[in-house]
Parts: sequence; structure tokens; C-alpha cells
Amino acid sequence: MTDLVTLQSGALARIEEADNADALEALRIEYLGKQGSISALMKTLGKMTPEERQEQAPKIQGARTAVADAIAARKDAFEAAELERKLAEERLDLTLPEPQSPKGSVHPVSQVMDELAEIFADLGFSVATGPEIEDDWHNFTALNMAETHPARAMHDTFYFPDKDADGNRMLLRTHTSPVQIRSMMKQGAPIRIIAPGRVYRSDSDATHTPMFHQVEGLVIDRDINLGHLKWTLETFLKAFFERDDIVLRLRPSYFPFTEPSVEVDVGWQDVGGRRVLGGDGDAPGHGWMELLGSGMVNRRVIEFAGLDADEWQGFAFGVGVDRLAMLKYGMDDLRAFFDGDQRWLDHYGFSPFDQPTLSAGVGAKA
Amino acid sequence: MKFSLEWLKYFLETEASVADIAAALNRIGHEVEGIEDPADKLEGFRIAKVLTAAKHPDADKLQVLTVDTGEGDPLQVVCGAPNARAGMKGVLGLPGAVVPANGMELRKSAIRGVESNGMMCSVRELELGEEHDGIIELPEDAPVGQTFAEYHDASPVFDVAITPNRPDCMGVEGIARDLAAAGLGAFKPVEASAIAASGECPVEIRTDDPEGCPAFYGRVIRGVDNTKPSPEWMQRRLIAAGQRPISALVDATNYLMLAFGRPAHVYDLAKLSGAVVARRATNGEKVEALNEKTYSLDDTMTVIADDNGVHDIAGIMGGEHSGATETTTDILLEIAYFDPERIGVTGRKLGLASDARTRFERGVDPEYLDDGLAILTSLITKTCGGEPTEVVRAGTPPVSALTIKFDPRLTERLGGLAVPQEEQRAILTSLDFTVGDDWTVTCPPRRHDIEGPADLVEEVVRIHGIDEVESKPLPRRPGVALPTATPLQQAERKLRRAAAARGLNEAITWSFLPTSEAEHFADGAQLWVLDNPISEDMKAMRPSLIPGLLSAAKRNADRGADGARLFEIGRRYFRGANGASDEKPTLGVVLSGEKTPRGWDSGKASNFDAYDAKAEARALLEAAGAPVGNLMVMGEAGDQFHPGQSATLRLGPKNVLARFGALHPNTLKAFDIDGPVMAVEIFLDAIPAKKGGGFARSAYSPPALQAITRDFAFLVPSNLAAGDLVKAVRGADKKTIVDARVFDVFAGQGVPEGKKSVAVEVVLQPGEKSFTDEEIKAISDKVVAGAAKQGAELRG
Repeated sequence: MTDLVTLQSGALARIEEADNADALEALRIEYLGKQGSISALMKTLGKMTPEERQEQAPKIQGARTAVADAIAARKDAFEAAELERKLAEERLDLTLPEPQSPKGSVHPVSQVMDELAEIFADLGFSVATGPEIEDDWHNFTALNMAETHPARAMHDTFYFPDKDADGNRMLLRTHTSPVQIRSMMKQGAPIRIIAPGRVYRSDSDATHTPMFHQVEGLVIDRDINLGHLKWTLETFLKAFFERDDIVLRLRPSYFPFTEPSVEVDVGWQDVGGRRVLGGDGDAPGHGWMELLGSGMVNRRVIEFAGLDADEWQGFAFGVGVDRLAMLKYGMDDLRAFFDGDQRWLDHYGFSPFDQPTLSAGVGAKA
Repeated sequence: MKFSLEWLKYFLETEASVADIAAALNRIGHEVEGIEDPADKLEGFRIAKVLTAAKHPDADKLQVLTVDTGEGDPLQVVCGAPNARAGMKGVLGLPGAVVPANGMELRKSAIRGVESNGMMCSVRELELGEEHDGIIELPEDAPVGQTFAEYHDASPVFDVAITPNRPDCMGVEGIARDLAAAGLGAFKPVEASAIAASGECPVEIRTDDPEGCPAFYGRVIRGVDNTKPSPEWMQRRLIAAGQRPISALVDATNYLMLAFGRPAHVYDLAKLSGAVVARRATNGEKVEALNEKTYSLDDTMTVIADDNGVHDIAGIMGGEHSGATETTTDILLEIAYFDPERIGVTGRKLGLASDARTRFERGVDPEYLDDGLAILTSLITKTCGGEPTEVVRAGTPPVSALTIKFDPRLTERLGGLAVPQEEQRAILTSLDFTVGDDWTVTCPPRRHDIEGPADLVEEVVRIHGIDEVESKPLPRRPGVALPTATPLQQAERKLRRAAAARGLNEAITWSFLPTSEAEHFADGAQLWVLDNPISEDMKAMRPSLIPGLLSAAKRNADRGADGARLFEIGRRYFRGANGASDEKPTLGVVLSGEKTPRGWDSGKASNFDAYDAKAEARALLEAAGAPVGNLMVMGEAGDQFHPGQSATLRLGPKNVLARFGALHPNTLKAFDIDGPVMAVEIFLDAIPAKKGGGFARSAYSPPALQAITRDFAFLVPSNLAAGDLVKAVRGADKKTIVDARVFDVFAGQGVPEGKKSVAVEVVLQPGEKSFTDEEIKAISDKVVAGAAKQGAELRG
């Protein structure tokens, strides 16, 4: 039986030495193939006596299993080595750049308008719109600025040579206030709207562009007074700037379409050379910034809009959207808003996924 | 409007500080835009006495002075003024002081080799007047060593924005009255003293235009001397107000206007002839105004004229010809009341602004003609002498005191402030309103702004303190806030974020364009073109969003950007019904320059092509809620586009939802930008509204059996649109064919001339049972037959 032991150990040694799949296959045939030496030994089992067989069978089968396992293990090792070699060939230089997908952005003005819509929706205001090419009745007359009113001249109006069917001069709206008139005429009262949009004035310097954006607010109901106006503006500004320390200063002013008229200043503080809204403007290191025009809607305006001014009263306010954007997000040049400079849009624009929500905060952090 | 503290105190007895006065002005609605303290500018200037004056050794016109500054040794100063002499007192600027007139900082220096330790100053150098012939000479008793600011009693100057509804505060007196009402001190009205008049006014004064000029008062003063300057105190106040002193007569009228808000006019009597009449101008009548410009008038304008012609554009500007000069000796004073509206219309027509117009068009005090005339007379005679005649009065000013039935509870109802009734009464009374026991309020005629009870509420609230209004929450409906956005607003929001998510940058461009660019995109529409554009580049309202974006893309390219992917959501402006506008919500996209930069894989940059534009168009239409499955690709994108590389997307043959493609080389040339450039325009108003519906989706029923695919390769005429072939294939068996997709298009070797090979993958969806071979064969035959109708033959 030493033959079997020798055969097995010889086979195992040769399998270990085989250095490629072909050599291994040859060894498999030599030992385990039909004519193989171990296969031949297996065949001898049939001729043995039961006693011999009982003794020899485990040994021969053991040798066969050991050789078969060794071949399988050796084969696995060859395949693993082959895969490794192949993978090594497939190696990529992943320091090379990946395909780039362009990053789009939402303009700050749109973002802020969405923020305004979100905040005011919670206060029960819907968003109203109106034409930008207006007639002078809606833009001036119905807002208590008769043709000869000096305030008309202060508006630096862009005019068209055209007149509408009623003989009104056509112009570019100088404010979003005509939307007040249109909304009241269409919807009646009570009403709560904001009206954001483009407005136009013939003015151009570092802080003025001939086109800019304004948002108008209007509340008409039975018992609305200046206190509600103050609360609304405070609540809005606190939500918009996400600060609880917003302090307003109301100053009497004049707008033909409101009576009383109120200019609203907001307290700011100097933070590293930048004016940041918040805090009492009279405190040291603080100041007041004029931000909004507002007031109780002049009863003439309510009458022009076809409502009973003895029954309905309310407030209106207007504020620059571009200005709000600049104060919140830190741009300093209004003209850049309308230039379409890809670099500026990349820098100040917003991700499409910065959709303002009340639960996540309406603002998008830098 | 600017005024000095000292001037204010002439009308207001007060101990309040500058800061307190400024705070009060802001509080009551007169916004302080600035406070300037001339003492700041006069820092470093002090009174000095010239001890000796000797000729400069090396300069004829210079002297070397020694001056006593009140402390230490006398200083040596080089001075060029002819009036510098020993014994005089003047103002010395010490090293470190900054000369107000030119901002120059004084230094110790050598002038022609002689050391100079400062500068003796002229009136002009200290911005105290125009005088520059010599240095300031102070009186004997001027205390040497005192700071000049203190000696000069330089008074802080307030710059206050007066709102247009308050012409009564366009004079210092009116501001003082308001401040007194606000508790800042006691108002000191200036009473006009009686004028010792002699004789009738020799000039006939008339108003032939009682509508434009309801009242015209005048008087002559004979024998005035207009060669003297106006008194120092008046000059000082005028300078503080930013008004250059001119002559005693002119200064007096300016003083009347700035102190009392009352414009008036002085004529040189020698230049007048015949009656002086307020009348309408005749069409084409001309006058040369004081600004030396000639204006052509029309018959809506009120003028003051005599036998020779127009001398004054009433209430706006006097004439050059008849104004007072140094040689004037006899004068006619005019004080009139002009109709505010007419003044405004005339001023706008002529494009002529003046301080007088500002006041007249807002409304001056109709009760202040006699008093104003008396004060002006006495201001003139005190300086210039002369003998005033009696006043002659033509017409009467419209003095009608408005009475308002006021309910003091309105203050709380409208203003949100509970102000005790007695305080309300006191506030109104202090502002010159008369309040009856029954709260009938009579308004002073100078308050043109008061129209009704709301105005009285404003008066009470602003004097009481509008900042004291307490915040009061708006009533809120119970529950979570309701959605408010309209379908269009929702679509725009979704579209905007979808476009940004696709890698486009949102831009906002001007609504107005150069006319040529607007015309290029007008497609026959009649443009809205501004009468008074701010520049020719901003003249015509855009009929398309593409030009604005294209210009922005060009600016980016000019800055060296490799490419731009810009979009904008905004309006296009067209003509609507009844002369109104029709503003169409639109999305525009411009893709310019490189789509992908040069990269390591291909080594080449790639440009955008028309399919990129199509991809944006379809994806964004889908985001906007358009039924993209039903869209037809058709032609006629417009002349601005490449005729062979552009198309429209339509819902039915008439309804164009979008156009897209490569821009025409002529368009690129017109905008001076390198191509190719792709553009998309989506017409949001053309997208049909989605039918309402709930939140639940339709039931989910995936087919039980797997779909199978079959490929067909067709030879088709090379001009056949692939879309038509696909449509024919899809339509071959609507029940089983659920999709058909072109996966190969080829022309060239192996394909006959005039043909192309188009390979289509068709997806067949079995129903209850799998297809049998016969069924598949039957469907295939239908596909081939359908395609054959488009001229396609199956490739062997």
C-alpha cells in the first residue's frame, strides 16, 4: 500500500508544482481521467473480496478526494490570479475628472419672491399680478394722483405715445400699486394680497436701475388699522430675515394713496462693516434704514376701486424686492441683478432645491 | 430744504438740542436727510491780530506778517492779500486746518524762502460768501485767540425732506409751527409791521386770467439802492440754505420764500411800460427767463405781461429783461396767488423747475398776500431805502376754510392709537385748526393737504407719535393656511426650478430692447415703443425673451466665458384689446458656446446643437404641465432661426407651445455673437390648463406578461421625417404596439442614392396570453404595410 501513499504524495506535489491551467488539466487526466492511475485503482475495488474492499476502498477514495480537492484548489488559485491580472489591466486613473454636469441656479429675485409668497400665504395673502404696461388711470388717477398732482412728476415715468380706448395715456407702471386697484375691482373686499413684479422708473445710477422689482401688500377689511399694519410688517420681516429682534420705527410721511402715510425704518447694526438688520436703531453702533412705504389706504382709492369707503378700510405697503434680496443675501450692486453674468449667477443664485418652506425656514443659508 | 438752527430759533423759542430737534422732525414727518455743522468745517481757524506787516524780500505781491494768535509767541505768516496790514484783525488758519472751499490741508511751509505758519483767510475760502478781494477784516472788538467758529456763531444746518403735501413747511416758519405743536418749544410768529406808504401805486395792475391768477397784489418802491449787499444776517441764513447771495433785492425775495414759503417777484419799473397784467400767453409767444433760456409759451399758460410783452412765466420764473439789477432804482413788487394745477401743467410742459414753482404748484398760503408783501417791503427798505407806495390789489385769493365734521374716535379706528380727546383737540389747535365743541374742525387755508377726517387722524397721530402704535395681529382663519398660488404661478415656480435643475442659470434681463433688436424678433407685431426712453438701448418692449438672453450670452462670451446656459421667465409685450397691453408669460433659453469643455476623453470641446434645444423644450414643457406625448414637431420657428435646424412644438396644427433650434447666422451677426447658439422659447399662455382632479393616481395595473421587442430596418426617402415613419409604425396596430423608437439612422455605403436607412425598435405588449408566432407575423406585416404608406420598404 505504500504505492498508494507514494502515488498520492507524488500527485499532490506535482499539482502544487503545476504552473498553469493546462499542466493542471494534464495532471487531472493523468490521475483522475478515465485512464488515470487513481481511476485505475478505483477499478480494482470491484475485483476485491468484501474484506479487502472494506479495507482498501476508504484509502483509495481518500487518495482520489485529496487529489481532486488539490486540483480544484489549484484551479481556483489560477482563476483568482488570472482575474487579478485582468483587473490590474482594467485599472482607471480616477484622479482624472468625471463628466461634468452643469449646475443651474435660481435668480435671487425669484428666490425672494418665492419666500415672500410662502410667508404671506401663511398670513392669508394670495399673490396677485397685473400688467406692466399700464394706463395712467390705474397707475396714477385711481391712486389719488390726479393729472396735475406733483407726485406724478416724482415718479420719473416712462410713457408710450399710445392711449387706450378710454383715452388714458399708456405707460410703464411706476409701482405695483395699480394691482391694488385691479384686485379690489375684480375681487371686492375683504381682500389680502401681495403683488410682486417688475416696475419701471426713468432713473439710473449706482443704486437705481430703470427696471426693478417691488412687492405691494394690501389688506382691506372692516376693522383694519395702523396696528395691524405694524404687526404685519414686523411679522413679515421677522420671518423673512429669520430674526426675532427686528425693530421697526414708524415715521409719518406722504403718499397720495394712503392717509395716514407711514414710512417704516428698520433698525440695523454694524457687523464687520456690513449693515445687518436687527436690534434697536437707536442703540450704540446701530442705525435706522428706510425700508418700506405704507399707510392706511386713502378712502378715495377705495372709492376709485368701487368699494364703499364707509364700510371698508385697510392698509397697503410697498417694498423693493431687489433691496430685500440685497439686505438678506449680501449683494451690493443692483445693476448686476440684470446683467446675466454667469459668474454672478453662480455666486448669488440658488439651488433649485432651495424651495422655501415654512418647516425648513424660508431662507437659504450660504 | 435746508435751514440753520439760528434761523429756526428766530421762529421757535427752544432750548432743545440739535439731536432732539432732528429726532422731532423725523417723528412728525419731516425727514432729516442730513445735519451739517459748519463749526466742524471751521475747526482750526481762529481770530488773530496782525502785529507787523513787511514786504516779502523776494516777491512783490506778498507780505510777511507777524500775527498774535492769543497764545504763545506771535507767528510768522506769508500773505498775499492787499488789505493785510498791521493792526487789523482777521481769521488765521493754523497748520492742520482744512480750507472749506478747496479741501486743502494747511501746513507749515516756506513760501519763496520765508517760513509761513498758517494762512489768513478770505470770505470765500471759508465758504462764507463770494468775497475774495482780500482777507476777512474783523471788527476791533473781536477777541484774539477765540475760535472763529465760536465767534462767527456758526449754526448747524438741517437738511429736511419736505413731502409734497406740505408746502406750508417749505419755509422755516412752517417748520417751527409744526415743531412747536410737537412740544419742542414756543412758536414765535413774525408779525408784519405796518408800512409807511406814500401815494397811490402808479402802475395799473390787473388780472385778466382770474382762473390762473385769482389774485395779484403789487406796490412800487421808488428810490431804492441795489448796489449794497443784503445784510450779513440775511446772507448768512441764505448761505446756510444753499442760496447764493445775489443782490439786496433778489436776496430779499429769496429770504421771503425760504423763511415764509412765499415766492414773490421784483420788477425793474424802468423796464415796464403800461399796465402790468396777469393774462394767458398767446400761442408761440416767447420769453427769455432768468436762466437765460428762451421759452415758447401757449395759451394755457399764465404770464405777467405789460404793453411790451411777457415779463414773467407766472409762478415759475421771472424774465431776464425786467429783473432787478445794480442800477435799478424804482421797483414793482409782485405777490400773487396762482392756480396750483396750472402751474404744474405749465412747468411740466416747459420742463422748467424752480423753487417758486415747487411752492406754487403745491399751494401757497392764500391768506398770506398782504403780510408777505409788507414783510418784503420792509426787508427791502431797511437795506435799500426807498419810498413804498400803497398796495394795489387785483382779484381776491381763494381763501376758503374747509370744515370737517370729525369724530375723534376715528383716530383709534384708523390709526390704532387711543389718544385722549383733549389731547387731540390740543394738537389740532396748536396746528392752527379751530376745533368746535361739537368737533367741527375748521382748517387753516394754508393746509391744502387736508381733505377729510383721515387727514386729521394723521395730524393727531403724527404729533402724538405714530411710532407708539401697538402691533395688533391680523385676524387669522383657524387651521393651517390655505394654498394661494394660481395654476400659472404654480407652473412658473415648477418650471423655474426644473430649468435650474437641468443646469440652466436663471437671468433677469431688461424688458426693453434697442428698437432694432426688438424689430428683429417682432414677427410683424406692432411693438410698444417708449416716448421717453432712458437710452436708445432701452426703447422697445421685448416681443421675445431671446434677444435679452442673447445679449447676456454675448456679454459672458466677451468676458471670456466658455459658454452660457441662460434662461428667463418673464413677459413678452404685445397689443391687447382696447388699446391695453397683452403680456404673455414666456420662458426663454439660450445655449451658447461650449456644451462640454475640452476633456481628456475626446480632446475636443463640444458645441450645443438643435437636439439640445429640443431636449430643453420638451423637458421644460413637461415640467410646465404640457401633454408632451401629444406634441407635434412642425416647422416655422421664425426667421430668427436656422431654417433647417429649428422647429416648433404644437398641440394641434395651430397651437404653438414652443419653438426651438439653432439661431440663424443673420441673428448671430445682428447681435455680434459667435455661433452656433441654440434658443428655446416656451409660450406658457399656450399650454392648456390641466383639468382639475384629486390627488389619487389612476389605478396601478402593470401588464401580466412581459413585452417583446422586434426590430425593423426600413429604406425610406432621405427627406422623410423620422417622426412620420415612427408615427406610421406606432399607428399600425394601436392595441399591441406600445412604443416605437428609432435606434439607427444611416445613409451612404450600401444605401441607394436618395434613400436612408432607419431602424426602429417596436415594443409589443401581449394582453392575457403570449403572442403566437402567427400573431407576431401578422403585427409585423401591419408595421411593414404602415411604413410602406410613408414610402418605406423593409430592408432585406
